Amino acid sequence: MEAYINLFIKSVFIENMALSFFLGMCTFIAVSKKIETAVGLGIAVIIVQTLTVPANNLIYTYLLKENALTWAGVQDVDLSFIALMACIGVIAAIVQILEMVLDRFFPALYNALGIFLPLITVNCAILAGSLFMIERDYNFAESVVYGVGSGFGWALAITAMAGVREKLKYSDVPPGLRGLGITFITAGLMALGFMAFSGIQL
Amino acid sequence: MELTQENKKVLVEPLVENNPITLQVLGICSALAVTSQLSTALIMSLALTTVTAFSSAGIAFIRNHVPSSIRIIAQMVIIASLVIVVDQLLKAFAYDVSKQLSVFVGLIITNCIVMGRAEAYAMKNPPWESFLDGIGNGLGYSLILVGVAVVRELLGSGKLLGIEMLPLVKDGGWYVPNGLLLLPPSAFFLIGLIIWGIRTWKPKQVEKADFEIQPAHGVVHGEAH
Repeated sequence: MEAYINLFIKSVFIENMALSFFLGMCTFIAVSKKIETAVGLGIAVIIVQTLTVPANNLIYTYLLKENALTWAGVQDVDLSFIALMACIGVIAAIVQILEMVLDRFFPALYNALGIFLPLITVNCAILAGSLFMIERDYNFAESVVYGVGSGFGWALAITAMAGVREKLKYSDVPPGLRGLGITFITAGLMALGFMAFSGIQL
Repeated sequence: MELTQENKKVLVEPLVENNPITLQVLGICSALAVTSQLSTALIMSLALTTVTAFSSAGIAFIRNHVPSSIRIIAQMVIIASLVIVVDQLLKAFAYDVSKQLSVFVGLIITNCIVMGRAEAYAMKNPPWESFLDGIGNGLGYSLILVGVAVVRELLGSGKLLGIEMLPLVKDGGWYVPNGLLLLPPSAFFLIGLIIWGIRTWKPKQVEKADFEIQPAHGVVHGEAH
């Protein structure tokens, strides 16, 4: 149990998707102007990440890994090179299914998330979650914890960023730095802050 | 094939005027993560430029035959196949670099430059122009990536491509390396500064402020009393 809590803390703070690995940066910079939209997108990312990482884990372990097809009576088959294609396919499919399910059963949440769901397919934090899971050989339980944790960490980062930017728009920034430039520098300072976690050994 | 005036414009414009990173805000993730060394940045630029160029051309070939409801999946398949080829080539011929790049080669699939150019340009233009557009945007990305990587590696560890340029103090030289530049956040600062530089050079790109500071009371015609 302790190992899972450690993994969760690690994936939220020490290996924060947005501020330590700089994944999902395009949406991180583009959709962090208002706190409400940032929170909406954050929740969507948590949901999708929680579903896709374990799903990809199952597919990788039982279909793609070296000798994974032994249960089907096929020996010596290594399909791990199409893992990329499988992962992105699974993500696109899950996002599509999630959109339909939400539309049918939870219209309020569906309306709140709006355009963010389809955007998530091309958010690299999601694909990276699955790829890191493969690279680090997580088992199923670990992949569930990692999925929740990394999604939560990303949501936390974008919400904090939106909070800073909402205040920042009242400040007097040099013309050339206005908008995108100062956003980058803010993100850099936040990332420096998150580096404080990096020495923690769990 | 001869390059027409129009072709040249497509090729050159994304370098500074319409740079994917500093103006279109596309493809930032990898720009930050792979720039601590020049060699990884160069390989990454090469991989991305190739993938963007060929995927744009491929998507432009089939643009009139794909129903728009499934176009994203069709684009994804083309891009993913190209990325797998690049990934396997790197593993075969440059294994060390491919280990250093870790998941970032795979992440070219979701790199917004590739998808963004496919959607914005290749779906509306013929293959040759789309190919050039892909090259142009890839080069615009490479320009920023290599610029950031040169600063980070030179000042951060006194080397370029692993060859010592500034003799370090610990080896009896004079240069004290700046460790901050090896840390990932420094890439944010550098890109922020590059954006500042480009926008000072080309004031057309400056964004409008949400709020302007009111002139203080008692200031008449710019003269304080």
